[in-house]
Amino acid sequence: MKRRKFDAAALPAKTAGAVDDRFQVATPLRKLLNKVFPDHWSFLLGEIALFSFVVLLMTGVFLTFFYEPAMTEVVYNGSYAPLRGTPMSAAYASSLDLSFDVRGGLIMRQMHHWAALLFMAAIVVHMMRVFFTGAFRKPRETNWIIGSLLFWVGFLAGFTGYSLPDDGLSGTGLRIASGIMLSIPVIGSWLTSSIFGGEFPGEIIISRFFIAHVLLIPGLLVALISAHLGLVFKQKHTQWPGPGRTNENVVGERMFPRYALKQGGFFMVVFGVIALMGGLFQINPIWYFGPYEAWVVSAASQPDWYVMFLDGSTRLMPAWQINIPIGDGYVIPPLFWPTVVLPGILVGLSTMYPFLEARQLKDYKHHNLLQRPRDVPARTAVGAMAVAFYIVLTLSGGNDVIADKFHISLNAMTWAGRIGLLVVPPLAYYVAYRLCLGLQQHDREVLAHGVETGIIKRLPDGRFVEVHQPLAAADHDGHGELDYVGWVVPKKMNRLGALGPAIRGFFYPIERPAEAPVSPGHPPVEPRPEREEITSGERR
Amino acid sequence: MTSDNDRRGGLLARLRGRPAARSRGRRRLGAAVRLIAALTLAGGAYTVFAPGVQAQENPPLTGAAAEGKALFDVSCVTCHGRNAQGVEGRGPSLVGVGSASVEFQVGSGRMPMARQEAQAMRKPPVFTDEQVRQLGQYIQELGGGPQVPAGNDLHRNADMAAGGELFRINCSQCHAFGGGGGALSSGKYAPSLKPASDRQIYAAMLSGPQNMPVFGDNQITPEQKADIIAYIQETLKHDQDQGGFNLGRYGPSTEGLAIFLIGIVALVFASLWIAGKS
Repeated sequence: MKRRKFDAAALPAKTAGAVDDRFQVATPLRKLLNKVFPDHWSFLLGEIALFSFVVLLMTGVFLTFFYEPAMTEVVYNGSYAPLRGTPMSAAYASSLDLSFDVRGGLIMRQMHHWAALLFMAAIVVHMMRVFFTGAFRKPRETNWIIGSLLFWVGFLAGFTGYSLPDDGLSGTGLRIASGIMLSIPVIGSWLTSSIFGGEFPGEIIISRFFIAHVLLIPGLLVALISAHLGLVFKQKHTQWPGPGRTNENVVGERMFPRYALKQGGFFMVVFGVIALMGGLFQINPIWYFGPYEAWVVSAASQPDWYVMFLDGSTRLMPAWQINIPIGDGYVIPPLFWPTVVLPGILVGLSTMYPFLEARQLKDYKHHNLLQRPRDVPARTAVGAMAVAFYIVLTLSGGNDVIADKFHISLNAMTWAGRIGLLVVPPLAYYVAYRLCLGLQQHDREVLAHGVETGIIKRLPDGRFVEVHQPLAAADHDGHGELDYVGWVVPKKMNRLGALGPAIRGFFYPIERPAEAPVSPGHPPVEPRPEREEITSGERR
Repeated sequence: MTSDNDRRGGLLARLRGRPAARSRGRRRLGAAVRLIAALTLAGGAYTVFAPGVQAQENPPLTGAAAEGKALFDVSCVTCHGRNAQGVEGRGPSLVGVGSASVEFQVGSGRMPMARQEAQAMRKPPVFTDEQVRQLGQYIQELGGGPQVPAGNDLHRNADMAAGGELFRINCSQCHAFGGGGGALSSGKYAPSLKPASDRQIYAAMLSGPQNMPVFGDNQITPEQKADIIAYIQETLKHDQDQGGFNLGRYGPSTEGLAIFLIGIVALVFASLWIAGKS
């Protein structure tokens, strides 16, 4: 029998042909794989969140193999000596076992926690990119809303996960959450007792949070993320203005092979950073907090960073209690305003912002080109104001740690937070607005007068002027006639090629000046001829 | 006037200040006799019960305490006053605080204070151990008070796990889960436990320095104190952090800082690099 020769080169084509014969996928796949994505570093920020979500799913599955979501009381007898013989919940005992007795358990737990922090951080940074570049405008308002919801669902995912180890910190957080729910007028008590199955802490909350944390919330997250990415595919990605880029096209790289390969590489980088942080930096050392007991609250009990702004708003809120003398008397505790009303307002404002802005500007057109933050000073300033507001609240959430480590009075920190919350955001608005105007003006100045060369010339009458390199033919005043097109204006000579190209390459130069002829067919490369003196462009 | 009449109106008459039946001179004489009699009685009683003429104001000080008093009169008297009775608005009376308090405050360098402020800070101690002992002896002999048991290792054979439980219930509210300390109101704070020795922790629990409550022996027994010290010294101070660099053990605050300063910064650089490769 003749042995058939195996042709490795033909294998991919043959396999693909066989698949297409059976499933007829060539046409849709071609469309998909040829999809063009514009390339800019800031478009990769959302991917950080996506990839850390993938890491979250993988490490989370590992954790569920060993975690026991039960509040039955057991006596710890694992390998961590300082807790041996202590009665605790099965959930906490299994979290300790995960940390000390399961091989690789601690790094998985720490990677899971770091990935959660990174997921939220990347969402916020990505959201800021989208906001400041105006990528949320029509037709992408829906995707902006989905993105905002992703933050809040991620917030819930983080909080339920934070509660699962059932250590002192978790329980303190749960106690605060139950207090927040109780503060809601009329429905508060019913809400709390239905969630906790009676009085706090009850015996069911860990099991309920577990199923929410591993099934319901991740399911919701996957659904929202799929819709988010689907809409990016459907509505196409926005792009920066530039040569050849219009509101009607997308200039970039095809999905396959380069874009997909780069994304694969970027996933590895994100995974690597999370793994490094999980291995090098200790996060949430649950063994120091001990099992949760209602009378144990440690100093420096803070929530994770994305919840800290609510902790801060609670700390800053004055003790204004409203007593309503109906029947036996109703009370609206001060906790209600900073922890229920404030997030409600924030959700409303953030999701509705695209519509508010469109209404304000009466701008109902499609926008596929991004705007530089400086070109829309009002929006940039509003964004700066929101960021300042959030930062003041977040810092106030950790104000006891700041007060202690920097030797500041805690009372002074609280008052600084209260005053800062009112003063800093308007200040941020003003400063951001002025910065935008200044940057705009500088762009226009370069377009009109040219690039500063650094050459100072003395005129015959003794004056000194700096020689400018115009960007285009100048008119009789020596002014260029270029219009601003919403993209970077070159402001350095090497951007114009006047000083030779900058060395390309990120970590090491990828271009080397040619010294010898590469092949006999090509003439040797001549050094660039000396350029003539750069003039101011003035005509005499 | 009959005696009947006198008896009837006696009280009213005296209240109204009517001239009494006896003459002025006789009344004065009677008062003088009564006064002399009372004075004689009181003086006699005093002579019977009072100590001898050799008695001093204070019991004699032992050698170490006398040395301590000498140190006290140079370094502490400004705020704590003569005989450690305290000076209003400057320093409290030290009568009855015991040598435990002296050992903690002076031995950890908190006293003498650099200035009047919310709370004395730990500093390099001004006095040697010997001088601290002498000062402690002086204060002890002055008014008694709690004392730290002898020896430098106060947590031998103690139960670390029980200590951990007690620490979390009684100490972690202020000193934090990792013993790194925490803020209190108006510039006051619970200090870090890292530099504290066994004796200092014990003394602090006994004497309740500055803003710390007193944990007397009837609240936390000496054995339980030893357990707590064992937990602090063996777990919080000598435990290697199993998860890697502990970020100062400040809780989620520094973790949030780290994810931005390390995670996000590293990944933004990575995205700059990857997007630059086109």
